[in-house]
Amino acid sequence: MKDDILDAIETRLGLSRRHFMQFCAAMATTMGLPNGAEAQIAEALTSAARPPVIWLHFQECTGCTESLLRAEHPTLEKLILEIISLDYHETLFAAAGHQAEAARRASMEANKGKYILVVEGAVPMKDGGVYCKVGGQTAHDMLMECAADAAAVICIGSCASWGGMPSTSPNPTGSTGVPELVKDKPVVTIPGCPPNPYNFLSTVVHLLTFGKLPDLDDKGRTKFAYSRLIHENCERRAHFDAGRFAQEFGDDGHRKGFCLYKLGCKGPETYANCPSILFGDVGSGSWPVGTGHPCIGCTEQGIGFQKPIHALAELKNAVPPQSYPRIVEEQGEGASMGSVALIAGIAGVAAGAGVALGRNLGKAKKPEDTTFGEE
Amino acid sequence: MPLTRRNFLKGAAAGSAVVACAATTASEAEARENKTLPPKAVGLLYDSTLCIGCKACVKACRDANDTSPEFNTADPLWDTPLDLSGSTLNVIKMYAEGTSDHKDQEKDGFAFIKKSCMHCVDPSCVSVCPVTAMRKDPDTGIVSHHPDACIGCRYCVASCPFGVPKFEYNTPTPQIHKCQMCRHRQAEGKIPACAEVCPTGATLFGSVLGLREEAARRRSLPAGETTTFSRKTVGSSDTHEKNTAHYLPHTYGETEMGGTQMMLLAGVPFDKLGYPTLPEGSFASASETIQHTVYKGMAAPVAVLGGLMYLAHKHTKHDGQDED
Amino acid sequence: MVTKTTVIATVLALAMAALLGYRFVFGLGAVANINNGYPWGIWVAYDVVIGTAFACGGYAMALLVYILNKGKYHPLVRPALLASMFGYSLGGFSVLFDLGRWWNFWHILTPGYANPNSVMFEVALCVTCYCLVLWIEFTPAFAEKWGSAATKRKLNKVLFVFIALGVLLPTMHQSSLGTMLVVFGTTVHPLWQTTLLPLLFLISAVSMGFSIVIFEATLVTNVYNRPSEARILGYVTRYIVWLMSAYLVLRWGDIIVEGKLDKVFSSGGLSFVFLLETALFALPIALLAPKANRIKPQMQFIAAVSMLLGGSLYRIDAFLVAYHRAGWHYFPSVGELTVTLGIIGVEVLGYIVFVKKLPVLHPVERALPAAATTAE
Repeated sequence: MKDDILDAIETRLGLSRRHFMQFCAAMATTMGLPNGAEAQIAEALTSAARPPVIWLHFQECTGCTESLLRAEHPTLEKLILEIISLDYHETLFAAAGHQAEAARRASMEANKGKYILVVEGAVPMKDGGVYCKVGGQTAHDMLMECAADAAAVICIGSCASWGGMPSTSPNPTGSTGVPELVKDKPVVTIPGCPPNPYNFLSTVVHLLTFGKLPDLDDKGRTKFAYSRLIHENCERRAHFDAGRFAQEFGDDGHRKGFCLYKLGCKGPETYANCPSILFGDVGSGSWPVGTGHPCIGCTEQGIGFQKPIHALAELKNAVPPQSYPRIVEEQGEGASMGSVALIAGIAGVAAGAGVALGRNLGKAKKPEDTTFGEE
Repeated sequence: MPLTRRNFLKGAAAGSAVVACAATTASEAEARENKTLPPKAVGLLYDSTLCIGCKACVKACRDANDTSPEFNTADPLWDTPLDLSGSTLNVIKMYAEGTSDHKDQEKDGFAFIKKSCMHCVDPSCVSVCPVTAMRKDPDTGIVSHHPDACIGCRYCVASCPFGVPKFEYNTPTPQIHKCQMCRHRQAEGKIPACAEVCPTGATLFGSVLGLREEAARRRSLPAGETTTFSRKTVGSSDTHEKNTAHYLPHTYGETEMGGTQMMLLAGVPFDKLGYPTLPEGSFASASETIQHTVYKGMAAPVAVLGGLMYLAHKHTKHDGQDED
Repeated sequence: MVTKTTVIATVLALAMAALLGYRFVFGLGAVANINNGYPWGIWVAYDVVIGTAFACGGYAMALLVYILNKGKYHPLVRPALLASMFGYSLGGFSVLFDLGRWWNFWHILTPGYANPNSVMFEVALCVTCYCLVLWIEFTPAFAEKWGSAATKRKLNKVLFVFIALGVLLPTMHQSSLGTMLVVFGTTVHPLWQTTLLPLLFLISAVSMGFSIVIFEATLVTNVYNRPSEARILGYVTRYIVWLMSAYLVLRWGDIIVEGKLDKVFSSGGLSFVFLLETALFALPIALLAPKANRIKPQMQFIAAVSMLLGGSLYRIDAFLVAYHRAGWHYFPSVGELTVTLGIIGVEVLGYIVFVKKLPVLHPVERALPAAATTAE
């Protein structure tokens, strides 16, 4: 690890070496990496090479950027903006207009094939894509232009991942997610509305540390964050398993923190890690269900912004199954040593006596009269 | 008669003739038909595709009937009944096959199933109980149990095709226990507890005919179509919308054994869910047909007794004087 | 009186009493392995069902002697009656301790509670009456020992009523013990489930009655060194052959007609016990068909034992082995078995006491000088 960089971090960011290592450890934990990974992460982050990042905004509310800006450990915009070279970000840039676009193009040219493209927001496809234009260029054109020379594409938020809120029926602008449009590059999706910033940050750090993207599922979602249903880790799961439901907002069950299934919680059909890492670093309960509102399934296409908030969720799995009795359970006492021995003993004695008697009879004297009379 | 081959054959022929006569008479004589659905029959409809396995109904049943939890794990922490028992009148079981990835699918799928009294239209338990401890209400059809009459012979336990009535073996004062459709709650104008608490309407209470119609309606919808499901009772205003699942084209309990007042819908074959394939003729009718044919009005036994007394008298007339 | 047999019988009876005390204090499950998958165990299948079938000696002999008027078998009647008396009384006693709510037992005989549709009701009523009838039928023996000749004459005048009942009642309930299984429907394996159950149970019960007479007569002859009754028993054997033949024709005929023949060989363990049953029923026919064999005590004994085993196996199979509840297991516990052995012990003890103290066995006027009363 380069000492001068660590010193620079300390001087400019007020971040001691210990705090920096803690940050690396937190990243490693979030991604479920083994012991020792934090050292690798620290090494990667303090190395001089800082890949450039181009960050595009399309049909979005900027919530994903806002979420990222609230990352706490450390004040992340400072660190990451130093670790990665953020060459284009409409929200954070001081510059605007054609100069900003020129800067983008210059960076793309200088870093051909090496920059990471981050997309926030959906891409409208209807009517030639006129519903979102930046500097006269449609979102779709801008996306394809930037993706052409990118090393990888990371879609932050549900909008970029699959269309999100703008794509709610009847989807008047034809909002589309990036994976449907960019087919020739590795595409990671980090759905959520907004997603927990650490899901995004961990992905970037993984890429910087190991030179490759984390394991992804068939929708491009990182498995470390999106391989489990919310239902599997929900702190109110015991209430679901015992059938204790809040019937109405504010009723007795709601106040006691009962399961929100009946109010429409989409936890049973939504993949995300919200109940595990929560939001805002303010402690337990800082996620929708924890505050008493049913999950709306914001990460899932077809559920979030599509299925009515108070419609009941389908059950995607029944894990763990061992909490239910099976259709056939083995019950009742079978044979024991004692009972089998007893029966065998009796059978033996009876057989022995019977055989002895039988043989005796064979030798018995003849009956008095061997002839039968007629009836 | 000496046992010659001829005599044997004569005897066998005569015997077979007698049996054949008896058999024909039996089948023609009042074969007791299945009993029919009572006029105000009420029941339950359980839809396995709506069930999410939350077990609210198991807990509600415990509360309504004041039964104790059962522990079947190493630490007695959770109520984990394995099956119906002396203290469990309603249980939710899970079917799992292969990877159990898909709900209500037979292969590589999982599904939930409820077990509680079927309240048969022609119940075996009512037919076999020698002391009328099991009774079927003539109006509502609810099959109730009355421990004050019960002698604990467990014929009902042995004869129920669904294995519903259960006995207590570990007390000197045991009782039979089974779901009685919360008749004590119905007497107060409420509905059975399981239907009351079900969050998805998987367990629905109502008139049997109304439930059958609802079941047929659901089965007629193509899978994936959104429809309205009511909770608690058929046609209640407490509703929610959901896509229908793929149903088997049969409502279990509509015809089995003459019909049952608790009926089932599912996506997985019923025999895989612990509900056996049963004939339309009830077992009770088969058993009672034999009894009624032989003992109708006690005519045959009395006639036979008369004949026997005549013969016995004739053959013992001299016994008083003879040596024994 | 104190012999190896009576001592063992007494010990068993005492063990039984202790276990029953435990049962009444702690419940059925404290002693027996019966459970909600197999609510009926050997206390029902053996003590009641097989036990009363073993006790059909009185029935079979009454049928033969008083109805078919085969007076020559008269000497066999009273010992048969004795065994029946004890067998049925103990069968009834077994019902009482098997009932979970035994204090309500009188309901089954009370109008208002009793359910005439229930086969069990009919069985209970018949068995209760029959027990009384058996004890009444035995009163001439009591009268001979303790009463006067006049008492005996008066008794004999009305005995015919009870004799008639003593033939009607077992016919009714031994067949109904089979009918009890009809309501189990598909829970009983198709090789045993049939509407012919009452007839099959009845035929096998009557055969078991004849067979137990042969069995007990042979034992008594052997133990008490009495002259052999093989000749008279030889006539009885014919009926066993007839009945067994009828049984097998009906049993197999029904299976073939109902299209269940394929199951005879494809049902695993159940196939084995089914075929074993048939073998045990067929052996007496094979052994006793040749006329010369029917008078041989050895053949009679083996045939009788085979028939009794076959009849017992048939009942155990129908009630327990061919009865199937998925996932459930049952095997009698040591306590359960001991209680059953105790019942048998009481029966043996009672029989021996009565045989010794009352005029049960035919007096051996023409007996050989070596007196007939010494036990081993």
